[in-house]
Amino acid sequence: MQFVLTFHQPLAEIERHEHPADGPPALEPWKAYMADLVAAGVMRGGNRLAPPWTATTVRIRGGERQIQDGPFAETREIAAGYVVIEVPSLDEALQWAARSPSSSTGCTEVRPVAAPPA
Amino acid sequence: MTVRTTPGGAATTDAAPLAAQAAEAAARQAYGRLLSWLAWQWRDIAAAEDALADALMAALLTWPRDGVPDRPEAWLLTAARRNLLKAARHRRLTADPAVTVLLPDETTAVTEPATVPDARLRLMFVCAHPAIDAPMRSLLMLQTVLGIDAARIARACLVAPEAMTKRLVRTKAKIKATGLRFEEPEARELPQRLMAVLEAIYGACTLDWNEDSSPEPAASLADEALYLARVAASLLPHEPEALGLIALLELNASRAAARLDAEGCLVPLQEQDTALWDVELIASATAHLAEAARRRRPGPFQYEAAIQLAHASRRRTGATPWADIRLLYEGLVALHPTIGARIGHALASAYAADDVSAGLALLRDIDPKRRETHQAWWAAQAHLLERAGARAGALSAYERALALSRSPALQKTLIARRQALVSSSP
Repeated sequence: MQFVLTFHQPLAEIERHEHPADGPPALEPWKAYMADLVAAGVMRGGNRLAPPWTATTVRIRGGERQIQDGPFAETREIAAGYVVIEVPSLDEALQWAARSPSSSTGCTEVRPVAAPPA
Repeated sequence: MTVRTTPGGAATTDAAPLAAQAAEAAARQAYGRLLSWLAWQWRDIAAAEDALADALMAALLTWPRDGVPDRPEAWLLTAARRNLLKAARHRRLTADPAVTVLLPDETTAVTEPATVPDARLRLMFVCAHPAIDAPMRSLLMLQTVLGIDAARIARACLVAPEAMTKRLVRTKAKIKATGLRFEEPEARELPQRLMAVLEAIYGACTLDWNEDSSPEPAASLADEALYLARVAASLLPHEPEALGLIALLELNASRAAARLDAEGCLVPLQEQDTALWDVELIASATAHLAEAARRRRPGPFQYEAAIQLAHASRRRTGATPWADIRLLYEGLVALHPTIGARIGHALASAYAADDVSAGLALLRDIDPKRRETHQAWWAAQAHLLERAGARAGALSAYERALALSRSPALQKTLIARRQALVSSSP
């Protein structure tokens, strides 16, 4: 089964990752985690996301394109990246999620990939 | 890379004040041209700012010693480009030494055109891109095109300098990360993007950002906004709305001395002492608006300027031509029905026919969801209710207006008006 793990982080943690000096050491645990996912053969893809202040939100309302600066909702924790993993069941997906650095600083959402519509 | 020299903020030395002055003058005149060209070439506003700041520092150090170069602008551009190349080499050296050999050597590779091509309009379009938060568009333009530093912008907005710096840095980071193109917009989106540029310039003189309640009066950026409008108009010679914007800003500026009374309260336009108005600015605005009108393409800024010019005619005639003003507002609302225009229309209608109920009806027509948190709507409502003799309604509307107002002068004014109403006999 494929699951998407979404890594949610508080803004302070994202700011730490973006910091020129503090960023690289802060990302070391992430590199190790990603290497483990690859080594275990479960990694199917994923990305780190640029910080939330680079986000733009688009809506079509009344046939008009509305463009807005910023992520779609101001929340305490913000999506900072995601991976797609292939594991036998939710139990394994939860185990991988627990090992993510974001589970200690923020939270990690685990969601199965839906089957394509018939 | 942390040293930030700004035009106007450069230090002078006793040894060679002339060279320092030349550096400062070159910086003032050329800052926006140099920065926009560098930012366009490197697709990175923040890096271009750092490189230009370092080049200005270097000019202040070397010009007094070696004399002012023949073409100060080209010198600054060359120095800034060397700095950018050096920074790029440094970055890539740490990333991948193999790539470094492919980069041109910063000491020999830079040759400059005789004149710096003017990319300021492109920079303005980037600053006013729809993906950028509307208030940040004005501020980013002030910083990049005029070189006004974040601390001064923060003072004008009554925000902490660190908070302002962070906002500006993040906006530039977004431009870089999302690859916003430094190109002029396609024809079909040009009118909208042009409007965003002009609105951002107008926004620079109507900043209302005071988030912390600093007692300091806001340092106005109105002069800078006018300068920016003149730059925009020179780059957009066929655009009557740019001229309309200049006229509007000049008319606003012409009343600077009459705006506040001795107590620091705002004086309504129709009650201001016209002897305090700046006649030269009014004459210049009249000429700009006439020039715009000859293009026969009316737009919101031309209407706004025409309304303000009608108010200015009271200086000669002694009376405000409310009927004309109402007609102009009708034109403006038909073209560009912003909440501000509709409030102006309501007030002009109340005055023109001496019919408060007509004004109140127009205020009621405005979407309740939008007017609920709009300070000027509550102030207009309070004013018209007071004139209608609806004392209780007026008092509660003054309360709402006061709660929503963030400028100290406005708060003072509303408190005084509410107080006058309270102490008047019912």
